[in-house]
Parts: sequence; C-alpha cells; structure tokens
Amino acid sequence: MTTLTIAAQDSTTMLGRELKHTLRFPLLLIGSILVPVVLLLLFVYILGGPIGHGLGNAARGAPYVDFLVPGILMMTVAAGSGTTAINVNTDMTGGMIDRFRTMAVTRGALLTGHVGASVLRTLVTTAVVTGVALLAGFRPQASVAGWFAVVGIVAAFSFALAWLSAALGLVAKTVAGANGSTLPIQFLLPFLSSAFVPAGSMPTGVRWFTAHQPFTPVTESLRALLTGTPAGDNAYLALAWCAAMALAGYLWARAGFRRAAR
Amino acid sequence: MCGMNATKHATRTAVSANGLRKAYGEKVVLDGVDLSIGEGEVFALLGPNGAGKTTTVQILSTLIPADAGTASVMGHDLRGEAGAVRAVIGVTGQFSAVDNLLTGEENLLLMGRLLHLPAAERRARTARLLERFDLIEAARRTPATYSGGMTRRLDIAMTLMGRPRLIFLDEPTTGLDPRSRHTMWQLIRDLVAEGVTILLTTQYLEEADQLADRIAVLDRGRIVAEGTPEELKRRIPGAHIRLRFADAASLEAAARALPEGTRDDEELVLRVPNEGGIASLREVLARLGDGVAVDDLSIHTPDLDDVFFALTGNPAKEQTQ
Repeated sequence: MTTLTIAAQDSTTMLGRELKHTLRFPLLLIGSILVPVVLLLLFVYILGGPIGHGLGNAARGAPYVDFLVPGILMMTVAAGSGTTAINVNTDMTGGMIDRFRTMAVTRGALLTGHVGASVLRTLVTTAVVTGVALLAGFRPQASVAGWFAVVGIVAAFSFALAWLSAALGLVAKTVAGANGSTLPIQFLLPFLSSAFVPAGSMPTGVRWFTAHQPFTPVTESLRALLTGTPAGDNAYLALAWCAAMALAGYLWARAGFRRAAR
Repeated sequence: MCGMNATKHATRTAVSANGLRKAYGEKVVLDGVDLSIGEGEVFALLGPNGAGKTTTVQILSTLIPADAGTASVMGHDLRGEAGAVRAVIGVTGQFSAVDNLLTGEENLLLMGRLLHLPAAERRARTARLLERFDLIEAARRTPATYSGGMTRRLDIAMTLMGRPRLIFLDEPTTGLDPRSRHTMWQLIRDLVAEGVTILLTTQYLEEADQLADRIAVLDRGRIVAEGTPEELKRRIPGAHIRLRFADAASLEAAARALPEGTRDDEELVLRVPNEGGIASLREVLARLGDGVAVDDLSIHTPDLDDVFFALTGNPAKEQTQ
C-alpha cells in the first residue's frame, strides 16, 4: 500500500468513527439544528415585522423571511463549530489522541475525519433548517445551478470553520472551554454580519467591521443565490475568506495536534 | 535461573536512552536519565508522583520530544525513525484511553482498522482478546458501563491488537481495587511469558518487586539507583538476621558471641546485621556455635519503601515543586 492509500484509509476510518459518534450521541446535532430554527421562528414571527418594514428597499421588496433565511443558513453552519470543538477536545482530554499518536496512524487522519464529519453534519443540519424555512414561508428563487452554488458555499464555509474549530478544540484545556471558545463563531460573528439587517443600517464602527468580516460575504452570496439576484464579487470574496480561514485553521490545528497532551 | 538471566542480558537492547532531559519552563522534569532495557525484560520505573515517570514514557513512546539526550527503541532512533518506533510499541497511558461512545468490541475493531489488519484477522484477534481479557459479556456495551478494572483491561487489550514487542504501562494499576490489581499483575506476567518487553511505571513498591526483573528508582528527574529488586534491597542498611531464643541464658550467650547484634531482652531476640547474604549468614551461625539453642531464625530483608527512603533521604511521597 502506498502512503496515500494508507492516509485515505486511515482518514476514512476516522470519519466513520466520528459519524458513529454523531449517531450514538445525536444531542449536539439536534442542538445545532434547534438554535438556528428558534432564531428563524423568532425573527420571522415575532421580531420580523418591524425589521422587515424598516429594511424597505434593502430587502429588495421581498418579504423579510427571504432576506433572513440565507443568514440563518450561515448561522446553521456556524452552529456546528461547537460540536466539532467539543468532539476534538473529548478525544484529546480522553486520551484517544495520545493513543493514536503512539500508533503508526497517518498523522492528519484524525483531524481529517473530524472535519469531514463536521461538513457532512452541516449538510444535514442546513438541509433540515432549509426545510423548516420553507414551511415558515421562505420562497427561494434560485436556479438549479444556484442551488449547487449554495451547497458549495455552505460546504466551503463549513470546511473552513471546521478546521478553526478543530484547532480551538485542541487548544482548549476542557470540553466546556472548547465549546466556549467557539461562541464568537456561533453567535458574535453571525450577529455582527449582514445576517439579520444590512451592514449599512448599523452604527458606524460596527458597520465597518460588519462589512469587512468574512461572515458577511458568505451571507450576501447565499442571499443573492437564493433570491436569484446577481452575487457580484461576494461569492469570490466568500470563497477567498473560506480558503484563508481553512488554511489558517489547518495550520493551527496541525501545530496543536503535535503538541496535544492531556 | 542464573542461566536464564545470562541469556536475557545477552539478547538485544529494547530501549537505550542516554542523558534524557526535559524541562517545562523553569521546572526540570528529567535531569539526565540513562536507561538500558534488554528484550524480554520487565523494567520498572519506580518513583513518587512528579518524579518524571510519565515524562520518560511520553518521550520514549514518541509523544513528546526530549530537550536533550538520545534514545533508541527496538533499534530505531526516536528522532529520525519515530514511525518505525510506533509500529513496534504499544502504550497504555496513566488514564484509560478508550472510546466511550463505541462498544468494547468496536474499540478493538477500530484499533484493528488503524493497524490495517485484514477484516478476518481483525475479527479473530478481537474475539481472542475479548475472551482473554474477560470482556465477552461486556463486548456489546460501551465503556461507560464498565468498572475501572474492566476499562483498564479493554485499554490494554486495545494496546495488544498490534502485537507490540515493547509495551509501556504507565501506572497500570493506579486506582484499581486490590482484586483488579492482582488480575492486572497476572495479565502482565502472561505478557512476559510471551516474550514481550515491558517498561512499567509504578509508585507501588510492591508492584515493582512483584513484576520487575530490574528496577530504576526515579527521584526528581534522576535515576538514583538501579538493579534487581534483591540488589536494591541489599544496598541499604537494615538487612538482618533475627534470632529468637528459648531463655535469657541462651540470649546472653549469643550476645557475647555476636557483639554486633542488638538484643531485645523482653522478646528474647537478637538482631544481627547481615549484609552479605548466605556467606555472612553461615559465618554468623558458625560464630554462634553449636552450644546455643536457637528457637527460631528469620531473615529480614527491607522492602522497597525502605529502599526509597535510604536512597533518596526522602519518604516516597508526592514530589511537587
């Protein structure tokens, strides 16, 4: 067997293990569906009326739900970060990483498995949340190619956040700390993005941050694709941000894995 | 027995370490550790918490690099050939490392997959190990339902999936009840009988005495003594012959013949220092002569607690700087 086939085999083994974990302990998966669903319902049925009126032209004439759902989908991807960090940290504090590191297992296989499982989980959670959104009145205008692009951006964003979360999971000393360190990804950055209201409607200092942070182009490109409007540079910007975050997360996680010790 | 030992020492070296050093910031954990362990040997690193036992195991099992020093394991250099080292070792850490969301059986199968064993062999070895470690009934349950001893057994079974030639056991019985401890000792003896080399760390002096061919006493990152359990025990003062007599007259006569002894008139006991083993025992008995009736004779060899105290000047208590 070549090194490459062994690496693929080890990564597949680790991916299978991680998927089994998800099925055995589905609570985290359910949680990362419930949080965005609750926010979706809250913003559509309770807060959405006045926000939708206030947005006026920014919502491009569509109902607020059509403006909101792309942001909720972005948030659903971000909600998976906690699960990834928790699972990686559990492997470290539980000694499994030490065990794997003393075996002749391909070095990157464990993290590859975690990241792969994270992306697959996200595809499931975003599909479920999309289903709930449709029931709540969401009417996407995306073409077939547009839907493929949506899945592509969701997967790329999920991949990038998974590497960052894996690194956070390796750096944290405890499982609770691992979860806590992903809260900025799960809540702060989504709220300070254009997910709920356009960046232009925010106070000056926040507006600059919102306009320039990665979660905004991800949201904007999903919004453009789903509402059938031109995405402009946002799609490329989103993918560039995803590539940069994935690379940074990968390098950070790789260094963390080498040092990992409980 | 002598012949066997000679053969053992004539075989290849399993672990060879020279001048291993490790510090975390200001705190020196290992301060120049040398080790030489022969293949098939059970070698115990004995010391209290914080002496550097786990760090030594972590370095030798490729988990962390040493700051200085060289080491080879089964002929492979730790730095240059870590992959080759990992292929021949098995490590059971201080705390059980099992996957709590997988069943016992799935844990073993996972190890088999990662070792790239063919499916049939994976299943066969899993079945054999479950049986050997008395885990058949627990095979379909997750370790969350196991006792401490069962989790340890699963942990070691996972380590054995890869047929390692050298096994690191870092405090294998810490936290186990006495019965599980004895079960673990038997498992370790069985491994030894199969020719596996074992590097064991322990803070239980009795454990090292029971299991090890050789013991190194680790104190504040340095090896302060090394030898067979008997050699170590002989190295410290306090080994003596205890003679008990039927009456005060015999004690009196014996005390005159053996003036170096310490007498206890109440117990009718004379304790005579005996540092030279059988030869000095013969000599003591010869000097005592035939005339004095000895009621009872026993040889007191100090246990390893005495050894630790004598070698380090400290009781074997936790070392936290």
